[in-house]
Amino acid sequence: MRGRYRILLGMAAGVGKTYRMLQEGKQAHAEGRDVVIGYLEPHDRPDTAVLAEGLEEVPRLRTEHGSLELNEMDVDAVIRRAPELALIDELAHTNAPGMRNEKRYQDIDEVLDAGIDVISTVNVQHLESLNDAIAELTDVRVRETFPDRILEEADEVVLVDLTPEALQERLRAGKVYPKERAEVALQNFFRVEKLSALRELALREVAEDVEARRQTLVLDPLSQQAVAERVLALVTPEPRSQRILRRAWRSAERLGAQLDVLWVRRPGRELSEEEQVSLAALRRLAIVLGAHFLEEEGDDLVAAVRNIVYDRGTTYVFVGTPDESRRREVLRGSLVSALVRELPGVDIRVVANRADRPERVQ
Amino acid sequence: MSGLDLALLGAVAALGFALAAALLRRRPPRRLAVPAGARRILVPFTGSLDPTVLQAAIRIARAENAVLVPAYLLIVPLRYDEDSPLSDQVKMAMPLLEAVEHAALRAGVPVDARIEKGRTATHALRRLWEVERFDRIVAPAPSDGHGGFTEKELAWLLLHAPTETLVLKPTPRELPARLHSAA
Repeated sequence: MRGRYRILLGMAAGVGKTYRMLQEGKQAHAEGRDVVIGYLEPHDRPDTAVLAEGLEEVPRLRTEHGSLELNEMDVDAVIRRAPELALIDELAHTNAPGMRNEKRYQDIDEVLDAGIDVISTVNVQHLESLNDAIAELTDVRVRETFPDRILEEADEVVLVDLTPEALQERLRAGKVYPKERAEVALQNFFRVEKLSALRELALREVAEDVEARRQTLVLDPLSQQAVAERVLALVTPEPRSQRILRRAWRSAERLGAQLDVLWVRRPGRELSEEEQVSLAALRRLAIVLGAHFLEEEGDDLVAAVRNIVYDRGTTYVFVGTPDESRRREVLRGSLVSALVRELPGVDIRVVANRADRPERVQ
Repeated sequence: MSGLDLALLGAVAALGFALAAALLRRRPPRRLAVPAGARRILVPFTGSLDPTVLQAAIRIARAENAVLVPAYLLIVPLRYDEDSPLSDQVKMAMPLLEAVEHAALRAGVPVDARIEKGRTATHALRRLWEVERFDRIVAPAPSDGHGGFTEKELAWLLLHAPTETLVLKPTPRELPARLHSAA
């Protein structure tokens, strides 16, 4: 079973995220849980160092990069140690070159997969979707980012809050950086107006997260099933399928739905060079759109679609304008009619070529 | 059976055949046929595509019986993984590609649209022509800061494009005020 993930989010360095993480770790340790420090960012803060005393720290992995010696979390050692709870600071950190994972949040993912609970910390400015907004607010482009899904997937996101004035006080008192560095920071990143804007972003982020969780909790499984939409676009390796996929994506966006793309290949069918190019282009487009490309093999297109629809909980199917002649339709049946018949409760949408619309008569 | 009955039966049968034949002859909407090995004209763009450039590209494609390949180039910022979905940019690209496709199909030119991504416009272009064949490239020149490739990108394009490349200058959006007053 995957471990529980708790993220302590702050507006900036110095609000007390690491301190809070250690406090929670100590509390858990006092309650009898097996707690280790997976990685503690060495901020040279005496209070933090004192608080860490008494908690076991998993030895770090030392690597050399040019003349630099770098310390990283030893993921394998944490997993081998198998504690109940690991405290891992700064999830947005970029690992040294040559490490298995590029980012620490990927390391944390492995630890969680091993069934270990994790408490981690991060500042709001590292959130990928806020990168541009943060750069505008602070004139600083943050290089170390993490995807928004990390917050969404965490079991709990807790805001570690401090007023901008209180944070400035901490800076002046040398509790965040050495005094000479603190003075420079107070003139730049840590100005009240910037901290206020960052605080607002952090508060909003956590409020949205709480709202999203509340909605998930309010809906019982049955109503969730009724509300969740999932779109399936049926494609073939030909240029017009690009249009089908684009229209399906636009509808999926409006519905807030996941998008699947399905191509059913006839067994043994060889693709022409043009078809191979079209298929590769469709796959690339699916990646750009964040859709899932599925390829099935079968003689019976409708049966293959039906299986996918029921497996994935599809509610909408997008299909191109049928190109079968009326003669073929009379003799062998229409694809759209067959889909309507075989997929009760699923909306079928036929994607037309807008250029086929008759001109409006003025 | 009398002669009249036979005549009536014959008329009904003929009517039935005529109806069936008419029904079977009806065609689905015409789809533009793309002959195998047809020429392919790439029209890459970012942000927007000037209508003058689009119309010129459509005319060229029609004259050459070619397939028009409008390609929206998505720029993936370095802070994102190259495979990240970029919904904001895609939201801009979608209606543009629909409009381009619509204009081309109305003019009787088959279309095979693309969205290609890269760290820069030239990176996306290179990725595109590494996997697909093009017989001609029509590239829009800078257009009053609204779309079009930069001078640097065009220079790169002319140097590295694997095929004949045509750079089209869009129509100026507005004549300068002093020209208006002089008129």
